Amino acid sequence: MNETLVYAVISLSAIGVISAIILYFVAQKFKVIEDPRIDIVADLLPGANCGGCGLAGCRAFAEEIVRSEDLSKLNCPVSSRDAMKQIAAAMGLEAPERDPMIAVVRCSGSRVNAPQKVIYDGALSCSFAHALSAGESGCPNGCLGLGDCVVSCKFDAIYMDETTGLPVVSDENCVACGACITACPRSIIELRLKGKKDRRIFVSCVNTEKGGPAKKNCSVACIGCGKCVKECPYDAITLVNNLAWIDFSKCRLCRKCEPVCPTGSILETNFPARKEKPGEPEIVAEKTEA
Amino acid sequence: MKTFKLGGIHPGENKLSAGAAIEILPLPTQVCIPVSQNLGAPSKVVVEKGAVIRTGQLIAKGEAFISSNVHSSVSGKVTKIDSVIDTSGYKRPAVYIDVEGDEWEESIDRSQDIISDIRLSREEIISRLNETGIVGLGGATFPSHVKLMIPEGKKAEYLLINGVECEPYLTSDHRLMLERGREMMIGVKILMKGLNVTKAYIGIERNKPDAIDHLLKISAEFPGIEIIPLKVKYPQGGEKQLIKAVLNREVPSGKLPIEVGCVVNNVGTALAVYEAVQKNKPLIDRVVTVTGKSLKKPSNLLVRIGTPVNQLIDFAGGLPEDTGKVINGGPMMGKALTSLEVPVVKGTSGILILPENESRRIPVINCIRCARCISVCPMGLEPVLLAQLSENQVYEAAEKEHILDCIECGSCQYTCPAGRPLLDYLRLGKNKVGVIIRNRGKK
Repeated sequence: MNETLVYAVISLSAIGVISAIILYFVAQKFKVIEDPRIDIVADLLPGANCGGCGLAGCRAFAEEIVRSEDLSKLNCPVSSRDAMKQIAAAMGLEAPERDPMIAVVRCSGSRVNAPQKVIYDGALSCSFAHALSAGESGCPNGCLGLGDCVVSCKFDAIYMDETTGLPVVSDENCVACGACITACPRSIIELRLKGKKDRRIFVSCVNTEKGGPAKKNCSVACIGCGKCVKECPYDAITLVNNLAWIDFSKCRLCRKCEPVCPTGSILETNFPARKEKPGEPEIVAEKTEA
Repeated sequence: MKTFKLGGIHPGENKLSAGAAIEILPLPTQVCIPVSQNLGAPSKVVVEKGAVIRTGQLIAKGEAFISSNVHSSVSGKVTKIDSVIDTSGYKRPAVYIDVEGDEWEESIDRSQDIISDIRLSREEIISRLNETGIVGLGGATFPSHVKLMIPEGKKAEYLLINGVECEPYLTSDHRLMLERGREMMIGVKILMKGLNVTKAYIGIERNKPDAIDHLLKISAEFPGIEIIPLKVKYPQGGEKQLIKAVLNREVPSGKLPIEVGCVVNNVGTALAVYEAVQKNKPLIDRVVTVTGKSLKKPSNLLVRIGTPVNQLIDFAGGLPEDTGKVINGGPMMGKALTSLEVPVVKGTSGILILPENESRRIPVINCIRCARCISVCPMGLEPVLLAQLSENQVYEAAEKEHILDCIECGSCQYTCPAGRPLLDYLRLGKNKVGVIIRNRGKK
């Protein structure tokens, strides 16, 4: 009886010792050396895995930083500048200066400006409505107002304005991760420079139709007249496919283009009021609330 | 009685215009002919603004393999080459022609005589169908000459002719079989020669007894063509369902009917083939059903391609006051129109006017897991699962669940007691999965 117990204990201990030795050598052989900096960088990142940096998630971004040891091409749009500086310090690198960006909705086709012509009765998703029809206002490029961008936002930075039926981006919450840009089937949302004191000037329209048809569906459509292009002293405005686009890297916010636009499709945000206000004050007011 | 086994529904037939003989719609004052009316690559415009053209003259040439020619349906002057809002509300390139008289191309035989011997060889038939721009008139508008070119290693055994017309309301094929049965049968013979097959079946649903009788009577003159009456069930007009119903063969997932030795064509296509081969007439007109419960005179009209839809409705007694929706096609697979200026194209089989009280969807509530959509799916799919995957953008999983086999018949959405937009999400998913697969091919 006693003997059996002793044998069992001895054989089990022997197996344990032999396994431990094997495991030790295996562990030595297959050792994975992970850079400890990856963990440090990953801890400094927000951990939302939004994909705004273009990589699969925060961990992948941290690995990429450590691997390339170069911050010039990598940027987490969600992290504050201080956080990026901390990451740079942990890596012993210099954080490049980046101007903050923000998502901008380039459509002013509100219920008043672009009245409803037909009733859309399908699934409540912009991507489906876009595939099926030109939309309730008839504008083939305008906002469909079903909120795919709102669903895609992980930072609670977009909401639908009930009265206009258009999405509104919050200046405080938007981190410019770009999720809404991918979600919008009509490429209405664009990342633009946030601007000093959140001041921005942009063409709030993406319609590429000629003037007549564009104006038929929406009173504030860009008709491609080119007045703003002539007015701009800095060559910041280009006209492609009947649509003006303001290059935010060249724009000096001089505000000369806004009053010349005959349809009021150029919007200014967060500027002090002009002495005499031409253009359409309501829309400016709408946008400044955001 | 033959039919397909899996799934299927039986919506109210409402064949209001079944007794109305085909009438010729008077020529419009202006037509607008979209230049890409077929499945596949768009065609290239070959006329210039201001050109004076004749009926049947080529105005756009299909240059890719799967594309087809477009001809002028009227004679007159090209006023502009611009764009037109199509059924979906988007703009497509189109040619506008002001109608002046009705001067036909001289090569077209306009006599009413029925020519029954087929003089052209197989190759000549295929090139004639290509020249005359014949496409499938069932709705998908697949170029017919491409269908006759059997890929290497495959062999066609049977030609199936689709006279099912399973969509409720529509009667254009029914009237066509009744009134122009003999010409249609010669068209079937031509297609048989083009495919090099000796046997053809014409599948017709039992709700068209007069058409079945008529064709049975004249089929004695056409050896090799057999008329198969079928049980009434939607979507029997889908080619995979028709093959299953008539021959009890199943097309494998993701494959074409030629895999089981079949080629399917519509009766309207057979008639167009007859006119193209025997009379040298390009596809410039088609029979369109204009129907609706409150419409004064539901009709079957022979319409020139490019005629605006509102002229058809005016001819049928004008737009009723309680109109809620005007649909291009039948109630199951058709699409609501956003404008009545939309021109009739090669794929327009009907214009359906629904009254206000029938035109809106029922309110959407949560899925109650009744599995009715699964029981009616004629392809044996799980629409509820696919719609969920598509809604949540899990397209890879949807692909594994064979979302691409969906034929978009709409049976699932029709039967859903919770009013869920199943078909909408399936269509979206199919679209996205298609893009994913194409991108995969590029890498």
